[in-house]
Amino acid sequence: MSLVNYATREITCKIVYYGPGRSGKTTNLHYIYSQVPEDRRGNMVSLATQTDRTLFFDFLPLDLGSISGFTTKFQLYTVPGQVYYQTTRRLVLQGADGVVFVADSQARQREENIESFQDLHANLSEQGVDPRSMPLVVQYNKQDLPKDLILPVSELSDAINFRGVSEYSADALHGPGVFETLRGISEIVLRRLSAGGSSGAASSAVSR
Amino acid sequence: MRVDSRFRFDNYVVGSANRLAVSAAHAVAESPGAVYNPLFIFSSSGLGKTHLLGAIGNLALQRAPELAVEYVVLDDFVQQQHAAIAAGELESFKQRYSGVDVLLLDDVQFLRGRRETQSEILRLLNALHGDGRQIVMTGDRPPAEIPEVDARLLSRLSGGLIVDIGPPDYETRAAILYARCEERNITCAAGVIDELARVEFSNVRELQGALNRLVTHQSVEGTLTPSQVRAIVGIPAPAPPKPRTSVETDEFFSFLTDIASAVAAHVEPWKVQVGEAIAYWGGEGYRTAVLERLMSQSSPPPNYEALLRGFGQAVEQLRELEQQVAAVDPQLGGDERFRDPERLTEVMTFVEHALAGAVPPGGPQPAFGRALFEESSSNQMAVRAADAVIAEPGHRYNPLFLVGPSGVGKTHLLNAIGNELASRNGRSGRVACVGAQLFIDELIAALEEGAVDRFRARYRSADALLIDDIQFVAGKERTQEELFLIFNHFHSGGKQLVFASDTSPKDIAGLEERLRSRFEGGLIAEVGLPDRALREKLFARFLADADLDAASGLATHLADRPSTSVREMMGTVQRLRAGAESAAGPMTIAIAKRVLQPSGVTPTVAPLMVRQAADSFFLDDEKIVWEWPDVTGRIVEELR
Repeated sequence: MSLVNYATREITCKIVYYGPGRSGKTTNLHYIYSQVPEDRRGNMVSLATQTDRTLFFDFLPLDLGSISGFTTKFQLYTVPGQVYYQTTRRLVLQGADGVVFVADSQARQREENIESFQDLHANLSEQGVDPRSMPLVVQYNKQDLPKDLILPVSELSDAINFRGVSEYSADALHGPGVFETLRGISEIVLRRLSAGGSSGAASSAVSR
Repeated sequence: MRVDSRFRFDNYVVGSANRLAVSAAHAVAESPGAVYNPLFIFSSSGLGKTHLLGAIGNLALQRAPELAVEYVVLDDFVQQQHAAIAAGELESFKQRYSGVDVLLLDDVQFLRGRRETQSEILRLLNALHGDGRQIVMTGDRPPAEIPEVDARLLSRLSGGLIVDIGPPDYETRAAILYARCEERNITCAAGVIDELARVEFSNVRELQGALNRLVTHQSVEGTLTPSQVRAIVGIPAPAPPKPRTSVETDEFFSFLTDIASAVAAHVEPWKVQVGEAIAYWGGEGYRTAVLERLMSQSSPPPNYEALLRGFGQAVEQLRELEQQVAAVDPQLGGDERFRDPERLTEVMTFVEHALAGAVPPGGPQPAFGRALFEESSSNQMAVRAADAVIAEPGHRYNPLFLVGPSGVGKTHLLNAIGNELASRNGRSGRVACVGAQLFIDELIAALEEGAVDRFRARYRSADALLIDDIQFVAGKERTQEELFLIFNHFHSGGKQLVFASDTSPKDIAGLEERLRSRFEGGLIAEVGLPDRALREKLFARFLADADLDAASGLATHLADRPSTSVREMMGTVQRLRAGAESAAGPMTIAIAKRVLQPSGVTPTVAPLMVRQAADSFFLDDEKIVWEWPDVTGRIVEELR
């Protein structure tokens, strides 16, 4: 996956929203889509079932325009959260530059979150990617729900965020925390530019 | 129906929305039946389909008045058809349309559901199309969207070109309004028309209607101001664009700002520079692996700028080397090695070898200087010609063909010209000066190696070509062919050619006519036998060169002797020198007489038997022994 192509002066970021079913990954994308001026966003592709569950994946291309002389494009993907779409998740995860783990803050979803987080790591390892090297942030979604239904951020953090990555509480339906999360992951991804993470991408782009 | 003559191309306003349709229509009108047949124009109502259709008809008629141009609205067509059926004259109806050269069918969307009309139209289209007659149709939608149309007819309708006309943009609207005003002599206050054009009418009819309203108002109320326009036309001014103040949109822009600063912080300038270089040189076709390796380093290498410069220089060098090699052998020019700066040293040795193996053919021999060549009446013309060639190579006598017997200095003169040309052109001037035999041998070698291209390129790379003993090419067809090609290359390129031969071109047997005529096309200059004056000069010089004391008058004495070639004269001096050395004294006329006189020679070298024979059988042919056992004896025989 080419992150920075110095030859064509392009930056392309693939960010995957990962998490258990119904945790709000697609909702994150919908909110972003609604906030982006029309000329900056492509068509949001959503392959959903009749009950609006993501069947395959959602895809939202964002054109951030020319930044420092680089045409900058973000591609936001979601994976289907339901357990039996394992293959699709792996497929979508391929070549990701960063992952947003969207956790469901509801207390009853605690186990699903943990399971999905482990699933993410397993899938990354399977693709030969060291999960520790993959830029990752965690979003605790649905923090707007009544307090008695959800777990506080500290508790969720203890349960899920054993790696101690950046975490954000969010209400994807209404917006709070959505862009903070996106900004968080983008900065980590871009920071990797200077860490030499882009070298392979640049040279492969040239030799193509 | 006749075409409305008001519909013309010159009063049809062209804008971005209808440019394609207009150019297609124009092409059709200029050569009906030849391009885009059928042409299908669609647009929503009031955008100029009918005008364009009429314009096609009018232009076609204007260019070829004999054409039968028929404009018909589909509805009328249907009615005519029904009437014909009712009157029992369907055949004449069919024939009428079959004879049309350009059929302009308006509003075909009315075909919907009319089976019998569709089949008639299909028949008509097939007939017209088969005869190479033009069909142009218009509709308010593309053919495929007209419902209930027979599939065969649909494929006919879509078989040519389908173009659409979009709603006019602001510029087109303004242009249309100005055109109408001019047509109808309407004057409006400044800005009124522009204001009207700003209203986004979806079609031209509405636009014209609005203009009409405006004009009527103006005739009643006097001159209008732009601010009144919208009120009169009945369209409210557009709401001022909403400023982007909503919190939501700000969220995206603040995100964008953050990303921008992150990118700026993390995209390192040195990598940008290297990346640009990779893209540039990669695009030029050079291998950039060395730069790509540079890119993989996490921190900027301290000398990356020097590396980039070095890369550029290496590429420059490669280019130069490639040019050098390509000049010698075009086949080597495209070698892949010239694309990889990392292999520069390898390429350098490669080029060195290539050039060494293919340096232009041998140059003139430096020993033969022009200054050493003595001029006299016998070779005056040749020397003058040579000097002219040296002064203006390729301009005066091209080719220069030197003819003369053996040993009179053709080779000297040829090489002298070569030397002068080489020094005149400086180091870069390459003069090929070879013997014909060498030329032939090299060609044979090249043929064996399959490197004739290189052979040609080598010769062609020279700035002047001088070939000695050109008579040797006689009878050698392949050589003459190559020589012919090279000759033409030099001659057409204004490069000097000089040949030397012991026979003039017309007397060389086995020389192809095309070469002969080319040789004769320049100057054939004779180098004659040395005359007395020349002999004296030459002897004087040879004696001086022999570095021995020579008695005064010796040169004159020697010059008195007949001589057939300069080479013989040099031999004479050598013999004198040997004689003088054996006598351990200076060269005197006496020595010359002794050495050169046959009587002086004979006693010392001829066997005893010869002396006796010479005495008694001097005049008796039968008693002469013809087959002498050794050479020294043969000299005596010649003296007889």
